[in-house]
Amino acid sequence: MEAKNKVVRKFREKLIERLLFLCSLLSVFTTLAIIYVLLSETIGFFKEVSLIEFLTGREWTPLFTNKHFGILPLVCGTLLTTFIAVVVAVPLGLISATYLSEYASPKIRNIVKPCTEILAAVPTVVYGYFALLFITPLLKIVIPNLAGFNSLSAGFVMGIMIIPLVSSLSEDAMHAVPMGLREGAYALGSQKIQVAFRIVLPAALSGITAAVILAMSRAIGETMIVAIAAGQQPRFTLNPLVPVETITAYIVQISLGDTPHGTIEYKTIFACGMVLFLMTFVLNIVSFKLKKKFQEVYE
Amino acid sequence: MRNIMLIAGVLSLVLTPLKSFAAGELIRVDGSSTVFPITEAVAEEFQKSSGGVKVMVGISGTGGGFKRFCRGETDISDASRPIKPSEAQACKESNIEYIELPVAYDGLAVLVNPSNTWVEHLTVKELKKIWEPAAQGVVMKWSQVRDGFPDKEIHLFGPGTDSGTFDYFTEAINGKSAASRGDYTASEDDNVLVEGIASDSGALGYFGIAYYEQNKGRLKLVPIDDEKSSNGDGPIIPSLTTVMNSTYQPLARPIFIYVTAKAANLPHIKSFVEYYLKNAAPLVEEVGYIPLQPESYESALYRYSNRIKGSVFGGKGAQVGVSMTDLLKMER
Repeated sequence: MEAKNKVVRKFREKLIERLLFLCSLLSVFTTLAIIYVLLSETIGFFKEVSLIEFLTGREWTPLFTNKHFGILPLVCGTLLTTFIAVVVAVPLGLISATYLSEYASPKIRNIVKPCTEILAAVPTVVYGYFALLFITPLLKIVIPNLAGFNSLSAGFVMGIMIIPLVSSLSEDAMHAVPMGLREGAYALGSQKIQVAFRIVLPAALSGITAAVILAMSRAIGETMIVAIAAGQQPRFTLNPLVPVETITAYIVQISLGDTPHGTIEYKTIFACGMVLFLMTFVLNIVSFKLKKKFQEVYE
Repeated sequence: MRNIMLIAGVLSLVLTPLKSFAAGELIRVDGSSTVFPITEAVAEEFQKSSGGVKVMVGISGTGGGFKRFCRGETDISDASRPIKPSEAQACKESNIEYIELPVAYDGLAVLVNPSNTWVEHLTVKELKKIWEPAAQGVVMKWSQVRDGFPDKEIHLFGPGTDSGTFDYFTEAINGKSAASRGDYTASEDDNVLVEGIASDSGALGYFGIAYYEQNKGRLKLVPIDDEKSSNGDGPIIPSLTTVMNSTYQPLARPIFIYVTAKAANLPHIKSFVEYYLKNAAPLVEEVGYIPLQPESYESALYRYSNRIKGSVFGGKGAQVGVSMTDLLKMER
C-alpha cells in the first residue's frame, strides 16, 4: 500500500513537472512561430522590393500608384517619438525613483508608488486623445506654429506613460543597493544628496539601465498614442513640430483598410513588423549585456 | 461637441465590423464617408417610424465599402463615385447584381486653416502641382505653389486610397484616378482630416463639403479656378448655386447609394430605400450637400421599382464634369 502510494505520488510529481515544462515551452514556441511568420512574409516582400531601396529610400508610399518602399521616414518617426519620450521619462522617472528610495518615509512611499504605477494602467487610447485634445492645444500656446498632429505631444505623452516603468524598476534597483554602501559613505562624512547621486545611483546603474531600455522598447512598440496624435504622414524629418508616421501607426493604418491578402501592400505589414522586432530585439540584448557587465563590477 | 464627434467617428470605424452581429431586422450599409452624413440622417428619421428596423451605417470608404458589398456582407453601399471595373467584376464573380441610385451632389471642398492669409483662391493647375505623384517629396513649401506664397511648410490632408473622394479628386485634378502623391496624412475618417486642418496653420486638404458645413468656423474654404470661361469666370466657391449651375467645376460630382438586387426585394429594405429617395432633398441640404432635381429622384425611384440593374456610367469609375442635367439624361 505504502509503496503503491509512493509510486502514484512520484508519477504525479513527474506529471506536474512535465506540465510546467510544457507551459514554459509555450512562450518559446509562440516566439518561434512569430519569427517564422515574420520571416516567411518578409522574404516574400524582399522578392519584390530590393533590400537597399527598403533601407535607404526616403519615401514610403506603398499604397499609392507611385510606389516607394523606403522605410527611413517610418524609422525616423519611430525614433523621434521614442527619443522625446525617453527625454521626458528618464529624468522624471529617475528623480522620482531617487526620492522614493532615499528620501520618502515608508508611509509616503506606500502612497506615492502605487499612484505612479496607476499611470501605467491608463489605456493608451486615452493617452492618445489626451495628447491630441489637451497637450497639443496647450503646447500651441507656447509654440504657435505647432501642427495639430505632431511628434512632440505624442512623444511627451508617451514619456508620461513610461515614467512608471522607469521609476518603479529603478526604485527597486536602488532599494536593493546594500545598506553598507550608504553607511560607509555617511561614515566618510557624505551628505544625503551625495549618497543618493554618487553612491546609490551608480550602484544601481545596472537595474536602471535595464529599466530605461525596457521603457524604450515599450515606446518603440507603442501604437495607439502615435496613431492618434502624431499624424499619419510618412515624412523624413527630425522636426518634432510636424506630423510624422511611426512604424506601428503605419501598420494600424493599413490594417484598418481592406488590404487583400498576398499583395505587396499586405507584405509591407510584415516587413515593418520585422524591423520593429529587430529594433526591440537588439535593445533587449544590449540591456542584457549591460546588466551582466555592471553586475560583475558591483558584486 | 466636435471632439465627441471625432471620438465617435473613430470608434464607429473600429466597431463597424462588430455591429453586423446584432440581431433583428437589420439593414447593413457601409462605404463612403462622404455619403455617410446623408445616409445617417435618413436612417435616423427612418428608424423613428420603421417599427424596429435598424440601420447600421459604416465608413470604410467607397472602395472598402464595395469590397464588402461584393462579398455580400452589406445590403447597401454608400459611394462617392460610380462603381469601378474591378469592383463590378468582383460583384459579378459572386453573383451580386446591384441598382445604382444617385442621391445628391457634392461640391468637393478644398480647405486651409483659418489663419492662412495668403490663399485667396487656387487654380486647378496649382492643385495639380501640389497633389500630382511627381510632387511627392518635392513640393514641400507653400512658396513652391505660387510666387508670393510664404516660405512655410505645407502639410497635406486627404482621404485614403479606399476613398471614392480620393479617386474622384485624383481623376479630376491629376487626370488619372488614384494617381496621387503619398506623403500626406491619409484617413478614411473625414473628422480626422477636419481636426488636422483646423489645428495646423500650414495645412491644405480636401473632402466632401458636408464636413466643411459642420465645421465652418474652424476651416477656410478655398475658391477654385479651372481657368475655363465656358463654366464661369474666375475662382468659384462650392455652393448650392454654383454646383447646380455647374460652374463649380471640375470638383462637383454626383454621389450614390448602391443596393443589391437581392436585398431590393426585401420589404424592410424596400421601405428604407423608398423613404431615402422621397425624403432625401431636405436632409441632403441639411447635412450640407446639394439635392438633385426632383425629376432625378423620381427617375431614381423608377429605376428602383423596375429593378434596373448596373451603372449608367458603364462601370468605369469616376467621371469628371457630369452636370445635373447630364446625370438626369443618363438616368433616363
